[in-house]
Amino acid sequence: MTNRDYLVHGPTWLQVVLIAVLAVPAAGAAMVALLPSRADRPARLVATGVAAVTLVLTLLLTAAGIGDRGWFEYGPDDARPALPWVSVDAPWVPALHIDFHIGVDGISYPLVVLTALLTLLCCAYTVWKVPEGGPGRTLAGLLLLLEVGILGTFLALDLVLFFLFFEVVLLPMYAVIAGWGGAGRRRAAQKFVLYTLVGSVLLLLGVLTVVAAAGTGDIVALTGGEGLTRNTQYIAFALFAVAFAVKAPLWPLHSWLPDAHTQAPTVGSVILAGVLLKMGTYGLIRIGVGVTPRGAAWAASVLGVLAVAAILAGALICLRQTELKRLIAYSSVGHMGFVLLGIATLTTTGIEAALLGNVAHGLITGLLFFLAGAIKDRTHTGDLAHLGGLREAAPTLSGLLAFAAIASLGLPGLAGFWGEAFAVVAAVQRGGPAWTTLAVLAAIGGALTAAYFLRLLRTVTHGPATPTVSAISPAIAGPEWFAWAPLVVLVLAVGLIPALVLTATSLPVFSLSEAVR
Amino acid sequence: MSAQTVDHVSLLPLYAAAGTAVLVLLADLIVGRRGAVFGALTLGGLATAVCAIVAGGSRPGTFCAAGGELCSWVPSPLAVVTAVAFALLTVGVLGISIPALRLGTAPAGEFCFLLASSMAGGVVVGYAGDLITLIVGLETLTLPLYVLVGLRRYLPGERAGTAPAAASVTFLLISVVSTAIALLGAALNYAATGALHLDRLVPGRGPIAPVAAAGVALLVIGLAFKVAAVPLHAWAPPTYEGAPLPVAAYLSTASKLGGVLALAAIVSRLDTGAIVAVLAVGTMTIGNLVALRQSRMVRLLAWSSIAQAGYILAALALGAPGVPAAVAYAVFFVVLEFLAFGAVTGLREPGADGGDLLAYRGAARRSRWLGAALVLAFAGLAGLPPGLAGLFAKVTVMDALIDQGWGWLAAVVALNAVIGLAYYVRAAATLYATPPRVGIPVADPELLEAATHPRLPVTGPAAAALIAAAAVVVLLGFAPQLLFDALT
Repeated sequence: MTNRDYLVHGPTWLQVVLIAVLAVPAAGAAMVALLPSRADRPARLVATGVAAVTLVLTLLLTAAGIGDRGWFEYGPDDARPALPWVSVDAPWVPALHIDFHIGVDGISYPLVVLTALLTLLCCAYTVWKVPEGGPGRTLAGLLLLLEVGILGTFLALDLVLFFLFFEVVLLPMYAVIAGWGGAGRRRAAQKFVLYTLVGSVLLLLGVLTVVAAAGTGDIVALTGGEGLTRNTQYIAFALFAVAFAVKAPLWPLHSWLPDAHTQAPTVGSVILAGVLLKMGTYGLIRIGVGVTPRGAAWAASVLGVLAVAAILAGALICLRQTELKRLIAYSSVGHMGFVLLGIATLTTTGIEAALLGNVAHGLITGLLFFLAGAIKDRTHTGDLAHLGGLREAAPTLSGLLAFAAIASLGLPGLAGFWGEAFAVVAAVQRGGPAWTTLAVLAAIGGALTAAYFLRLLRTVTHGPATPTVSAISPAIAGPEWFAWAPLVVLVLAVGLIPALVLTATSLPVFSLSEAVR
Repeated sequence: MSAQTVDHVSLLPLYAAAGTAVLVLLADLIVGRRGAVFGALTLGGLATAVCAIVAGGSRPGTFCAAGGELCSWVPSPLAVVTAVAFALLTVGVLGISIPALRLGTAPAGEFCFLLASSMAGGVVVGYAGDLITLIVGLETLTLPLYVLVGLRRYLPGERAGTAPAAASVTFLLISVVSTAIALLGAALNYAATGALHLDRLVPGRGPIAPVAAAGVALLVIGLAFKVAAVPLHAWAPPTYEGAPLPVAAYLSTASKLGGVLALAAIVSRLDTGAIVAVLAVGTMTIGNLVALRQSRMVRLLAWSSIAQAGYILAALALGAPGVPAAVAYAVFFVVLEFLAFGAVTGLREPGADGGDLLAYRGAARRSRWLGAALVLAFAGLAGLPPGLAGLFAKVTVMDALIDQGWGWLAAVVALNAVIGLAYYVRAAATLYATPPRVGIPVADPELLEAATHPRLPVTGPAAAALIAAAAVVVLLGFAPQLLFDALT
């Protein structure tokens, strides 16, 4: 820990790219804010361009994963944690032990690309359609600001810096919901911001506890729980677990989610479900399991029980939902339950399943919310009772919805399958009556997931068309295809080749699960 | 006995501040034009800041007792930072007062003279090395404010009110009582331990220990009035509400900073952890809870600034190790609070009071930049990005608390931050709310709204003060180390 030179590596041009990944959307947001209010559409185009550049920059980082496999030098026997592909480290606020230390590795990389992709799709969607409530320019700027916060959270390798980025998303997301949301937006936005702030102040307490005990906030150096006593780890993990459980969200701390999703505009829902929730699960893996492994081992069974409760509760609540967006929102509770179950097993299989589940859920639920938004825009209702017979009126839309729903229920061959199946497998592998019971219950929850999605499809696609539905036009606009097609392709691709997400994760995940032992 | 040598260089900030007051008085007397008075105070304030920086914080003390260890005027990095803060706040408050002063809501010469005198008192507080200098400084800071709170001339046609006078009397009575209590405490402590210089403050021993302890407790209580700590806070909301907006800004920034410095001087030398911790928990919790229910802008800001004082007190409960965190928080806070008050002043007509929260509906849609500044200030006070300065302030205090093993108090601060966000976010959302529905059908509600709520231009000095404050907030947000470096 004394020699920090090994932490900063990678070719200089990649370090520049790494900084640019954060700097470009930040500059873009500033630029959009400074454009005169007349230039609404140009500002949205600028935002889309900036988001596209950011996506390209994140893709450039692949070069770091392929080209500079510095971490191959450290075999699994090496006690040192796997190093990031490329990282930048500069002192920022020494008085508070904050270093500007960012980097990317196999665990964070898929989420980084997912964030950049979804932001681009949402910005492009905003060029075409601005939800009611305010200027589209401001919405696009807020999306870029959100991107900065989310990317920063995934890239941060300093505990306090992680917390800072974690906080950055709060107010922009509040503004997106409160500014462009549905009828009950003020309440929903307020609930969102207060719940998540409770989570983040607990995170701050945990972070400062660790930093005070270890004397450093360097996540790479802290991974494995070096320098932390058992009690510190217990306290810190308890704080982290609650903090991330609010964000993820884990039942029973999930109640902000359905309201926020139901009221948020389409792009807000997509970002919220697609990547914002992932900050919670990512944090649990990177910081909860990484920095306080003994705490994680201590609380694993509790987490497992809560995760399975979330799966079952999410599925049962979904069976009774009558509103489209609310149903998808509650289904997120169930899916994040699978992700948390994978993490709770603390095995390599479980954590890899969680990472895959994270990405798959981001793609599928992003698509589902885009489709739900499209249906609501056309029919002006989300009530399932009024949406019958969509297949008659708009076959393409209905087909896409069926595709996304089937992916979400975990059909093998589509992205949703791997994460959920292997979370259950990991729980079985943990062995013992308790984990086996949890695995069985989770599998039942999986079956219930299938039940409510099939119920959704039966109501929405089959049967005679209701008057609301038969009035809509079946055409799908070009920008809509632009936003949906990449997600459809990726859902298929990740389903067929899960290695797309998992290639680079094995070593860092292995070192994480080793540390727990 | 040799004659006392006086180091005039280290006294430069005081000379500059006191000179400013005299200069303003003379300018008003001789030139008699408002512009000259404003110019004198602005230049004098800036000169005070420059003098504080030039004289520096590493010089030996002056006005020392024989032996040279015990001094009454002790430069320190902390004193320099706070002197600069007092000077800039004074100039800033003048900036946001000028639109109202031009209308003649208060006599400009007197207003500026009182403000300059107050600034001189503030400068003294930071440098004070003994209890008498400290209390005299604090009183010099507060005394002109009694007048400033009530100094309100009504224009022909304007409905005269008694609110400023009532606020002034409330403030006067409470302050006099609190000063008396603080002096009594200092006297008891002196009687018991013979200590007057801050460096000599020690806990009492032997049979007189209870007297010394009572003295310290009274001293802390007297000073707690100045920072409006619960349960000694009740004067603040009506006083802020009755005072002209810029004066309320000064009360909640400079005057509060003075109280914090005085408390810091005491708690860093004597063990007052228990009493200050109790004050801290009560202050932040009650301040935040009551702020939730406020429907008037200035009352909201007043209660929120009570809550903010609670966070500062939490750091002060640590004693000496908490002082840097407390002062850092106080500096972050006064900048944000000034920005908030400044933006509110800009959104109101010159000379108007803070008004109802409902009056701010859609204000940020009309005045984009003022709205953005107010949101930045609210976010900072709530401790969230984009108000990074406020976030760092919270992290500083919680870091110090956890470092010293006061995790429970850090948890109380954290939970209070959540309560605080509820009202800041409500106020900020009001700024962007759509115009209310009117009872009659109109073709374009936006047009009607624009006609009934004209956009008020902010120009000249007020704009400059706001831009400078916003720039400082952003700068401290991205480079908080500048402040931490300056304090050590």
